Amino acid sequence: MQDPLKAICDDDLERRWLWISLLLAGGMGFLLGIYALKSNLHPPSNVETIDSSRLHLTEEFAEDNLGVKENEDGSLTVTMVAARYGFFPPVVEVPTDTPVKFRVASADVLHGFHVPYTNAATMIVPGYVSEVSTSFPTAGTYSFLCNEYCGLGHDSMWSRLTVVNKTDGGDK
Amino acid sequence: MNNKTSASLGLANMWVAFIFFAVAAVLGLYQTVERMDIIPGLKSPELYFASVSTHGVLMGFVLTTFFVMGFGYYAASTSLKQEIWSKPFAWFGFWLSLIGVLIAAVPLLTGNASVLYTFYPPLMAHPAFYIGATLLVVGSWVWCLQMVMMMSSWKKANPGETVPLVMYGTTANAILWFITSLGVASEVLFQLIPWSLGIIDTVDVGLARTLFSWTLHAIVYFWLFPAYIALYTLVPAAAGGKVFSDQMGRVAFILLLLFSVPIGFHHLYMDPFQAAGWKFLHMTGTFMVSVPTLLTGFTVIASLEVAGRLRGGKGLFGWIGALPWNNPIVLAALLALLMLTFGGFGGMINASYSMNAMVHNTQWITGHFHLIFAGTTVIMYFGTAYYLWPKMSGKALYSTKLAVYQLWFWFIGMLVLTLPWHQLGIAGQPRRISSTPYDESLVQSWITAEYAMIVGGLVLVVSALMLVYNLFKTHGNAQAETNLEVEYAESLHSTARMPKLMNSFGFWVALIVIYMVASYGYPILQFFLMETFGTVPWSI
Repeated sequence: MQDPLKAICDDDLERRWLWISLLLAGGMGFLLGIYALKSNLHPPSNVETIDSSRLHLTEEFAEDNLGVKENEDGSLTVTMVAARYGFFPPVVEVPTDTPVKFRVASADVLHGFHVPYTNAATMIVPGYVSEVSTSFPTAGTYSFLCNEYCGLGHDSMWSRLTVVNKTDGGDK
Repeated sequence: MNNKTSASLGLANMWVAFIFFAVAAVLGLYQTVERMDIIPGLKSPELYFASVSTHGVLMGFVLTTFFVMGFGYYAASTSLKQEIWSKPFAWFGFWLSLIGVLIAAVPLLTGNASVLYTFYPPLMAHPAFYIGATLLVVGSWVWCLQMVMMMSSWKKANPGETVPLVMYGTTANAILWFITSLGVASEVLFQLIPWSLGIIDTVDVGLARTLFSWTLHAIVYFWLFPAYIALYTLVPAAAGGKVFSDQMGRVAFILLLLFSVPIGFHHLYMDPFQAAGWKFLHMTGTFMVSVPTLLTGFTVIASLEVAGRLRGGKGLFGWIGALPWNNPIVLAALLALLMLTFGGFGGMINASYSMNAMVHNTQWITGHFHLIFAGTTVIMYFGTAYYLWPKMSGKALYSTKLAVYQLWFWFIGMLVLTLPWHQLGIAGQPRRISSTPYDESLVQSWITAEYAMIVGGLVLVVSALMLVYNLFKTHGNAQAETNLEVEYAESLHSTARMPKLMNSFGFWVALIVIYMVASYGYPILQFFLMETFGTVPWSI
């Protein structure tokens, strides 16, 4: 069979390299696709709008309703608000090895959150609700860091996440 | 014919580029020191974020746009042996862009535009910032039109002949930049300017970020293009050889043109408001855009090998030593390829749909784009400037030795700066912070890398000043340049029978339009189909 790349490339060596390049690029995409399908590994991509100036009037993001809630299937939902310059509630505690879904809304400008050394990360965009699902295999004290420039006080925007061992009765 | 006009245009544009570059380099050093909290009196978030915004605008928009325009004008007229299409219009574009920069500089330097070069609504800057940035872009559209007109008039005058590779690449970049800039232009014209003037009350941040992503990735290819063009067309000749394959250069330019715009969502992986399927689609394109870079690596290294062997280099690696390492543009190319390799590996991580979550918005990203942009791209700007300055000014380069040291300093400084940044990013340090008031154990793990960053910054500033000094002194050099001809590399393989598709752009532009509609059509349309809530302006 004739090499289809022969139409654009006369040199044997260069054509071989072109094939390798295509396989590299395609292979990366293919592998990430397999992981996405098999392990349900997607970036946070929730499409849901909200009026950021009226968060306090919604049921979900009103101050009294923020924090960790257990769902019927044993997984957790953590509802949070990001606002200059803090995350609310300021302290979050979750058990190890439990599916956790964070639902976060901004009350003002762009924010981000990232828990270093984990894949718990999302942008928090005014007008939209961010959703990120993960679980934490190792107990310890972690930090939520705001990782998007949100104003002059951006550096001080961080809070604590405590992950406790599931057997210690972390879920009360 | 004489190239006086294009030489003046080249010099004027490139001087603007390098003067603002030197200012931005000094700001960069200040930032590395400020964010470490070692000198208490230096602490000022107001100054820091004004500086970061200015550094980003000057490096990303000003150095690049002016360098690309200057290089384009000079390359077009020397390779086509043709006058600039419209001289007054070219100067009009230059002044419009420069006035735009000066208008934007006022709010930037007074802390009224500390919204970073990515704008970040709903933080709002002074309207003069958005208006100045718009004028810069509109001025650059003048350049785009000139390049397209010069290529098409040359083709009319030389029917059936092959457009020189340097001009084919430059025109590809002009078309790329025009298409690329439409995203940010729509954001600024329809959203940010009316909003900052109080004509509309709110902006939809999701739509603004989607439009910005249209520009955000391809803009780096606009910056990178002249570096690649120099690698294909100037470096092989300067090294004493030929370009391995002219045709594969064209394939690389076409692939860059085709794949760099419709893939902007890899900047939005972590954002809500776009569904995962779109992000996956953009990721596959993102990996495709690595193909022209891998191809460029092959062709350029093969061309250098040809040169090395012609110079008497023997054996598997002997040709590397035989290359003229003391020729600035060849040295710049070798160092650029090294940095491109490091930066490219890192880029595969941030390009990945799921792995990106670990490094998103951390110092890793800053490390990545400093390697590829400030490293690979900008060092090729230096090499190209050293090569073209004597030809444009008629004076011999003031000091080749100083130029060689300057390039090594830039390379070493950039590695000392960016390799620790990658480590900081994996250790969770956010980018864009002016201090580190975080958890003690986390901050402790960052300290060594942060000191390295200051050393790197210092070396880079010294290098930046060496460049400007050398170019400045060249103008006053008593010794005239003897060889005023720009030597573009010949192709090892014949270019006489070039397929029509590799000598024109019509088909490719049509393909891009289809690809753009497929990848951005619905993602933009959705904001008009669902109920969205705009956001009021916030001050910093």
